[in-house]
Amino acid sequence: MSELGQIVEKIRSKNAGPFWVTIDIFCGGAAAYDQVQAGLRTDQIAAAFQVPLDQIKRFDIPYLNVVKFSLPRPAIQGTIADRDMHGAGWGPMIAELTLAG
Amino acid sequence: MTRILIPAGALGLGYDKAALDAGIAMGPDLIAIDGGSTDSGPSYLGRGVSKYARASTKTEWKGLIEARARAGCPLVIGTAGTCGADSTVDWMYDITVEILSELGLSAKIAVLKSGQPADRIKAALAKGEVSPLPAAPAIDDSILDSCTNIVALAGAEQIAAALNTGADIVIAGRTTDTAIIAALPLMRGDHAGSAWHAAKIGECGALCSTMPMSGVIWIETDTSGFTVTPLAEGAVCTPRTVSAHMLYENSDPFILYEPGGHLDVTDTRYTALDHRSVRGEGSVWHPSDRYTVKLEGARITGYQTILLALVRDRRYVENIREWCADIIAKHGAKVRDRLGLNAADFGVELRLIGMDATLGALEPRDELPAEVGVLGIVTAATQARANEIAKMLNPYLLHHGLTETEEMPTFAFPFSPAEIDRGPAWEFCLNHVMTLNDPMEAFTLEVRDV
Repeated sequence: MSELGQIVEKIRSKNAGPFWVTIDIFCGGAAAYDQVQAGLRTDQIAAAFQVPLDQIKRFDIPYLNVVKFSLPRPAIQGTIADRDMHGAGWGPMIAELTLAG
Repeated sequence: MTRILIPAGALGLGYDKAALDAGIAMGPDLIAIDGGSTDSGPSYLGRGVSKYARASTKTEWKGLIEARARAGCPLVIGTAGTCGADSTVDWMYDITVEILSELGLSAKIAVLKSGQPADRIKAALAKGEVSPLPAAPAIDDSILDSCTNIVALAGAEQIAAALNTGADIVIAGRTTDTAIIAALPLMRGDHAGSAWHAAKIGECGALCSTMPMSGVIWIETDTSGFTVTPLAEGAVCTPRTVSAHMLYENSDPFILYEPGGHLDVTDTRYTALDHRSVRGEGSVWHPSDRYTVKLEGARITGYQTILLALVRDRRYVENIREWCADIIAKHGAKVRDRLGLNAADFGVELRLIGMDATLGALEPRDELPAEVGVLGIVTAATQARANEIAKMLNPYLLHHGLTETEEMPTFAFPFSPAEIDRGPAWEFCLNHVMTLNDPMEAFTLEVRDV
């Protein structure tokens, strides 16, 4: 049982325009990539954001040792309900997820 | 072959002067820099103002105007003044004229404007020529009328029209980040996929290198691919740093939509040419049937007054959610009673800094902090009303007790007055594309000799 942030090099979340957020998980090496690729399920991301699974786009990119997720922002950037103008805070939330296996 | 010098990811972020000089000595065909983004939020587009200080913009732009005069090539800025509204294009033009006068230089300036009257978008909407992109909010005529600024993102075609005037300096309103770089290679018949891909890699300056803050990047495009080279001392591009840049702020790292088509980099091959340059080949441009431009619009959704109280008492920290819920209920009743408002006429939120202010309901952790910052956010239809409602909230945040029998507590306020008028709350309300028959029909281009 490993915490995602403990085994990868860097996790960043960022706006992809005002309506989407994207989360890049830089695993830092092939071993960590394999562990994340196999142990981090897309439904864990959906659960963390409290959205249906079909809202999440996932990209597994082995040559970069990167796993990337994109989804519509929980609140549109800058609206009254938005808490995080640049979408910076979701990365640290994902970093605390526990990997299976 | 086309050789383009990109001084930084955005004007206002600074650039490495020695690296810029090195780039000028290499004889670029174009100097291109982006002036903005939506990333700082809707207020800048709503107000039509720049995020960066005028003095910073002027200092950095002056350096580029001097460099351009030495290089003898065009200088292009896209999305001038953060948001690329017509007012920020005018702001940038005024700064440019001021600089030219101070330097004793003359220049031919092309001014490309991207501002859209609401009536044009309404007419296009009625004709079915406005389509939503994924996760777009619903729109109607009244929402379009309430926008203080609407802009369309120009593509390579409009930048090409500006360059074709023979301008020394192009000041463009809202454009895609890539269009200002891709336009010239496309005009010269370089490989289209490579022109767009090179533009995407270069548009954030040295972010695609090992020294992201050094700014200056050199891009070459030709009939089969592109090459990217960072110019700052010690900066290096590798196939990894270049390909990883496609992840940045992109919801899809392989596909990039632009006016007139989309770029697909799924099969791009990246090769290290030497210790610092990377070659890319195999990027594909797919032209679309319709020519569409993306729209951005911002409008006011209310006015806000905020307050901040600091709760350090352990018992109150332990019971902070109950404390807040009680305040919201009692304060809400008072506002409805004394101001005669309905619940729908105002909003009050207490965000708990130190507990869940960033993530709200998504915060999974629940350990108790030493103290909690209680950020009160009041939203109402006018600033005066928001301020009045915040003044009614003030005594609760200062003195509200967990029980009615205990001695009246007092909490820490960092400021006087505690109520801070924040001005309008803005929102982006368009994530749509508009179909054009002629790329220039929604843009204006003017040439001035200064």
